Formats: sequence, C-alpha cells, structure tokens
Amino acid sequence: MKKTLSRNKAYLPILVMMLPGMVYLLINNYLPMAGLVIAFKNIDYSKGIWASDWNGFTNFKFLFQTNDAYVITRNTLLYNGAFIVIGLICAVGVAILLNEVRNRFMSRLYQTVMLLPFLISMVIVSYLVFGFLGEDQGYLNHTLLPKLGLEPISWYMEPKYWPYILVLVNLWKSIGFNCVIYLASIIGIDQEYYEAATLDGASRWQQIRKITLPLISPVIITLTLLAIGRIFYSDFGLFYQVPMNSGMLYDTTNVIDTYVFRGLLQNNDIGMSSAAGFYQSVVGFVLVILTNYAVRKFSKDNALF
Amino acid sequence: MNQDKGIWQWVSHIILAVFCILCIIPFVLLVSASLSSEDSILQNGYAFLPKVFSLDAYEYLTGNMSVIGRAYGITVIVTAIGTAVSLLMTAMLGYGLSRKEIPGYKLYTFLVFFTLLFNGGLVPTYLVYTQMFDVKNTLWALLIPGLLMNGFNVLLARSFFINTIPGPVLESAKIDGAGEYRIFFQMVLPLSLPIMATIGLFTGIMYWNDWNNGLIYITDQKLYSIQILLNQIMQNIEALKTASSAYGDASANAAELPGETARMAIAVIGVLPIMIAYPFFQRFFVKGIAGGAVKG
Repeated sequence: MKKTLSRNKAYLPILVMMLPGMVYLLINNYLPMAGLVIAFKNIDYSKGIWASDWNGFTNFKFLFQTNDAYVITRNTLLYNGAFIVIGLICAVGVAILLNEVRNRFMSRLYQTVMLLPFLISMVIVSYLVFGFLGEDQGYLNHTLLPKLGLEPISWYMEPKYWPYILVLVNLWKSIGFNCVIYLASIIGIDQEYYEAATLDGASRWQQIRKITLPLISPVIITLTLLAIGRIFYSDFGLFYQVPMNSGMLYDTTNVIDTYVFRGLLQNNDIGMSSAAGFYQSVVGFVLVILTNYAVRKFSKDNALF
Repeated sequence: MNQDKGIWQWVSHIILAVFCILCIIPFVLLVSASLSSEDSILQNGYAFLPKVFSLDAYEYLTGNMSVIGRAYGITVIVTAIGTAVSLLMTAMLGYGLSRKEIPGYKLYTFLVFFTLLFNGGLVPTYLVYTQMFDVKNTLWALLIPGLLMNGFNVLLARSFFINTIPGPVLESAKIDGAGEYRIFFQMVLPLSLPIMATIGLFTGIMYWNDWNNGLIYITDQKLYSIQILLNQIMQNIEALKTASSAYGDASANAAELPGETARMAIAVIGVLPIMIAYPFFQRFFVKGIAGGAVKG
C-alpha cells in the first residue's frame, strides 16, 4: 500500500502536466457527449437543460416525418461519396506526376502552390468563388459568358449548378493536402524495384501500373476506408459559406451539419436540431467502428484500434 | 527508354503547371479586384488585371482602422495565445501518455483516443459552453471551444516522443537528479522541435482562419476577428440584397457597407500573413502532414 502510494507520488509531476489537457477534453469532448440526451428532451430554458421534460422519440418523429431528413442524408452521402472518389483519383494522379518531376526546386514549388488553397479559410474561399460567380460583377457573368455568347446566370439562385460547383471547390481546396500524403508514400517505395524494372525494359507507364499503384494501395485503401467512416460528417464551411447560406439552394446544398447549425442558431428549433445531431453522432460512430473493422481485416497495421 | 523518361518529364511539368495555375488564379482575381477602382469593377466586373488601377480600397482600410485594426488585433492575439497554450497542453499531455509506466496509463490513452471516434455534436457543445461556462461574447469563445487542443495532435506528439526520445536518456537524467519538469522542458521539448513546429503551424492556421466560433458565440462587434468581420460583411450584403428585392429600398444602409473593392482588400489582408509565412514553413508542414496522416 505504502509502496504504491510513494510510487504514485513519484509520477505526480507527470500527472500534473497531463491535467490541463485532460480537463480540457472533459469539458470540450465529454460533457457534450452527456448532452446527447437533449435529443430526447423537450428543452425548456426556464427549467434548465437537465430538468426539462423527457419527450421520448418525439423530436426524431418530427425530424423523419419532414422531407428534410431525406434531403440532408442524401446530400451528405452523395457529396462525400463524390469527394472521396474524385479526390482520390486526382490526388493519386497528381502525386504520381509530382514524383516524376526530377527537378527538386520545381517539385517543391508545385507542392507549395497546390497546398495554398488548403491553408485559407472558407470565408476567404467564399470571397474567391463570389469573384467568379457574383451576379453583377462576377468574372463568369460579366466577362466569360458574354464572350461565349451566353446569357448571365444567377448562380446563387439556381440549385442545379451547385453539386458541380461544390465538388470543384472541394477538389481545389483539398487536392494539395491529399496529394502530399500519397507523394510521401510513393517516395517511401524502394528504388530497387524501379531499377530492376528498368533493366527488364519496362516503360514508365508499366512501372506506375505494376509497381507504384500496387505498393501504395494499402495507403489508398486505408485512407478511403477512413473517409467512408466519416461520410456522415461534412465540411460545414464548404456547405455554409460557399453557397452563402442562400435559402434558394438548400435543396442541393443542405447537409446534416448545416441543418443542425441552422436549427440551433437561426430557427431556434433545438429539438429537431439535436435529434439530427444525435442521428449524425450515432450513425457516424457506427460507421467508424465498421470501417475500422474493415481496415483491420485488410491491413492490421493501419487500423486505428 | 531515355526518350520515354523525357516525355514523362514534359507531360508532368505541363499538367502540374496547369494545376498550379488553377490553384493560384482565384487569388489573382481577388488581388486584382482589390487594386481596381470601384467604378471599373461596377462597370466591367472582376478581371485578372485591374482595368483602372487604384489604391482606394486600401485607403478605405487605413481610414477604418478602428474597426479593421481592432479585428486584426483580435485575430493576432487569439492566434498567438491559442497556439502557445495549445502547444504546451498538447506536448504535456502527449508526453505523459508516452510514459507507459504512469498509473492509469491505459485509461488516459483510451480517453484521449475515444474523442476521435465520437462526439456530442454542435447542439450539446453549444449548450455546454453557453449555459455552463457562459463564454458567449467573451474572448474565451474565440480561444477555447473546439480549437484549443485535440486528441489527434496529442497522439501525434505522443508517438513522436515514444519514437525519438530514448528511454535511457530520460533515465540517466533522472539519476543525475533532474526533476520531471526539468527533464520535460530542458530535454524533451528542445528535442521535439520538428513535431512542435508542425503542430504549432496546424494550430496557428486553425486559429487564424477560425470564423466558426465567432459565428456561433460572438454577436458583439468589438470582438470580431478579421474572418468574422469578412463573414459578417458578406452576410449583410446578402441580407441587404434580399431585403432590397423584397422592399425595394435598402440603399440607405448600403452606404455603410464597404464597396466591392474594399471587401476584397479586407480579404487580401486576411490571407496575406499565411501566404507570406507559409513558404518558409513548407518543409515542416509537408513532413508533418506526411508523417502524421499516414502513420497516425
């Protein structure tokens, strides 16, 4: 007894160092988890959160009776699905090309430039998009479309264009980051494979298909599975800022994250909003567990747990 | 065969150069708009080269230093404090978790890791911070919720400590009589510069770019950071547009909002520090992304 106590005492300085971080996680991450019960309550601020009446699944009933539940689930899944597929193809392609560049300075220059969009905030991105799509002064409406003999388009009022716009913006913003990850694993491939292949007379294209792609496929599969695990969460900024929260566009821009946000802060509909949040957290959690299981089956080293 | 390589070189350079131009072009449009005269934007729209060059937009900025300077100051303060505190907390927790002999080691590690898998979501988080901690309209709101520390960075730091700081070094320091704090601050931290630089850069950029916390927790204009200010300006203009089409007059209020070019100038000064600082840190950043994302 005394021994364990003195042993614990020796570690006290370390435990003290860990304290601020653990307290922060408790406040920022664990308290809100307990707050998930809000989805089952009829929130009445005069009674406080914990003392408010329970109302079972009423919030969920309201949520799933509306068309909203269908639209936000569909949008969230389709957008994230498109981001995963298109992002993967482009990032791997660009990473392979980057690896071909022998000039180190140019290679670094390309990487630097392509990472820039990743570093700026979505507010700024919305300004950039507005520069192109703005109704009166935007580059497309004012310069490009007239040159092509086309009529100006009210981009921020036409839902049908937004799936393409959002996919493009997302690709633009994320490609640099994703391709650096793939580039790192390509650089890690043993050069001897390539030397042997060259001696055997394999062309560059054959080398890419037979050496590079198979050898980075574990990374590709792991990252893709992890992205699928997060398919219920979307980049709030992309779907809120870039379409400028335009109500006309909700049909093709509303995702679970923006729906929860609007329910909470704009429509004051805490019940429905927290039900949607609960739906997202729980389905998201199940998806992460399932994908981790899949990653583990595929390659044990890359599984999270 | 050599020819084959040469063709690949050319094709790669051309495709990558096109990609890079596409990445940079929107910034050119933004900067060009901020350097154009207001009239030329209204008449000719945005263009890649200013049709009529003018610094009026930047004069507007200097003329509105009370608002813009303040927002800039808030951004700088929040970024500096947030990044410093975040780094210290992340390093200390990560270091603790790298010492597998501490009591409760498994539990702590699991508690950190679990935050990566599951979260309460926006509504409960919002209620915790507004009802229990009352951060609404305080500087705390820009510093603490969501941004201060995350499990991913802690685990990143932890695996760096485990992999690069040899246990015997710590042991011998202890035998020489160094206390835990001394070991951490005088030995571990200096040896961990690469990972600290990476995490610091990630966190700094996150704080600089944050508009989300401002949108959720801040309504007091005095606490607007530069990103929140940009967000508000854009939203107000959209609101005015809807109002003017509904009621037919919003021109009275419109005068108070900065013009097209001035808005673009504020956006330019919002990204400028990142664009200037980032190339110097690029080495760390790319290494950090590569190491962190693949290895986890």
